[in-house]
Amino acid sequence: MKRALVIDDEPLARMVVLEYLQAFSDQIEVMQECNDGFEGLKAIHQHQPDLIFLDVQMPKINGFEMLELVENQPSVIFTTAFDEYAIKAFEAHAIDYLLKPFSKDRFNKAVEKYLAQLPAAKQNKQTEELLEAVSSSPAQHERIVVKTGTKVKIIPVSDVIYLQADDDYVSVFTQEGSYLKNKTMNFFEQTLDPRYFVRVHRSYMVAIQQITRIDPYEKDSHLAILKSGAKIPVSKTGYVKLKQVLGI
Amino acid sequence: MVHDFGFIWYIALTDGIVSSILLAAACWLINNNLRYYQPGKGSYINLLMWCLSLAGICTAGCRWIIPYLSISTVYMHFLSQSLTIRFFTDFLAIGWMAMISMLWYSQQDHKQTEKRKSEAEKLARDAELYNLRQQLQPHFLFNSLNSINALIGFKPNEARKMIHQLSDFLRGTLKKDDQLLVPLNDELQHLNLYLDIEKVRFGHRLDTEISCDKHCGEGLLPSMLLQPIVENAIKFGLYDTTEKVTVSIRGEIEGNNLVIMVQNPYDPQTSRPKGTGFGLRGVQRRLYLLFARNDLMETHQNDNIFTTIIKIPQV
Repeated sequence: MKRALVIDDEPLARMVVLEYLQAFSDQIEVMQECNDGFEGLKAIHQHQPDLIFLDVQMPKINGFEMLELVENQPSVIFTTAFDEYAIKAFEAHAIDYLLKPFSKDRFNKAVEKYLAQLPAAKQNKQTEELLEAVSSSPAQHERIVVKTGTKVKIIPVSDVIYLQADDDYVSVFTQEGSYLKNKTMNFFEQTLDPRYFVRVHRSYMVAIQQITRIDPYEKDSHLAILKSGAKIPVSKTGYVKLKQVLGI
Repeated sequence: MVHDFGFIWYIALTDGIVSSILLAAACWLINNNLRYYQPGKGSYINLLMWCLSLAGICTAGCRWIIPYLSISTVYMHFLSQSLTIRFFTDFLAIGWMAMISMLWYSQQDHKQTEKRKSEAEKLARDAELYNLRQQLQPHFLFNSLNSINALIGFKPNEARKMIHQLSDFLRGTLKKDDQLLVPLNDELQHLNLYLDIEKVRFGHRLDTEISCDKHCGEGLLPSMLLQPIVENAIKFGLYDTTEKVTVSIRGEIEGNNLVIMVQNPYDPQTSRPKGTGFGLRGVQRRLYLLFARNDLMETHQNDNIFTTIIKIPQV
């Protein structure tokens, strides 16, 4: 028996999925319905489902942002009404998705495809690639979604002071404190606006508006002093980039 | 040629080079001139004058410069004898140059105008397409159809009702002429269709309050002006918070203005920092085009409530 969750902010949309799923009641059991990404995260943590039906447009955090915060990713069948960007991403990564309103036949095909499934590892890789692609969409440039304990925190990019590489994670520093995000520095270098954020060092990226001054440090390297008092090492190449962006 | 008249090569060459340089300079001048200034229909006479005077200058140049370089009385005689013919040759050459450059540049100009025109047309087409797409609201439409799909299974009567609401709403949208002023009551009626559909989709979360007395219901406003504001309020309300959402719409007559206030809850923490969305900018633009005033729409954000106020002057 596979365990499933249905995550959609419209009750009627969830009902369609539940109704169609009855045909598979001997193979798939729906553990819970969720109204939004937060409930979804909790339920995923609690039930460790094999499969989720996930709407893209949802309150606060969208389906992609929710998935980013899940550690052991289940298989996902996306449902969406209209989202050009998401559809492009699905197609590019050969991930099955259902366009609302979808027919029973179409739904069955998606579920059968899941049941006849590719190895879980391969599916996860596909989902990861999809998330990577989606997070470089313009809409995702304005905020970073992180998890602190069981809570979800949405950080507007304008609140970010600097980023520091931390093993497989990146620490996002704001006025209120720092948050861990399981992404690489390269990822942030690609997604954040290069006019406002500069990778000054292999392990650091700084919001240039936060810099008060730049002092010479050791041979070939500098220190950027931020408004918050933090001192950020600036490498030789980082200094060149910084000078370019600041126009000096 | 001058050589053929029996002058030594040196004199012939100097003559040739000097007159060619002068002629070339004159041609370059007229060509450059025409690049930046295309004579109108009536000013061809000016151009002619230009050519004449340039030819004159060239000839005079020959007359004064060549003697500096080679002094020979026979040649001087030849030079003054040939001035007339030099003048006309120069004039012909310069005139020819002027004509060619005029044609060339006017053609270039024409090409550029064409290009600009097609670009402007493309922009207008894109804007129109965008508008059409906005009117159709694909996200709203497909989600509504999906809700109907769900209702058909177990509440066929409600499904049928929703199909009627959706049709009425779409028909209303298509029929509206956005140049027209309509009474607030009519606009609210159309808006109610929209709100009813949204309530079927988000019934558990969405509440609306509409207050408008008889007097203000008769106030006039541009049609479809309120729609994007309410859409914006619902979108912010529903996608920015996870709790219950109440969107309120209040109309009042204040002096000579119809004042409409739309409020929705929002979350300052997660809202896009930009504040006013594209929909609201469109409203502001329309108000400006209709009344030539920029102070008719304002937005406030406090206590997790987003307020949009529009004033419509009554005539």
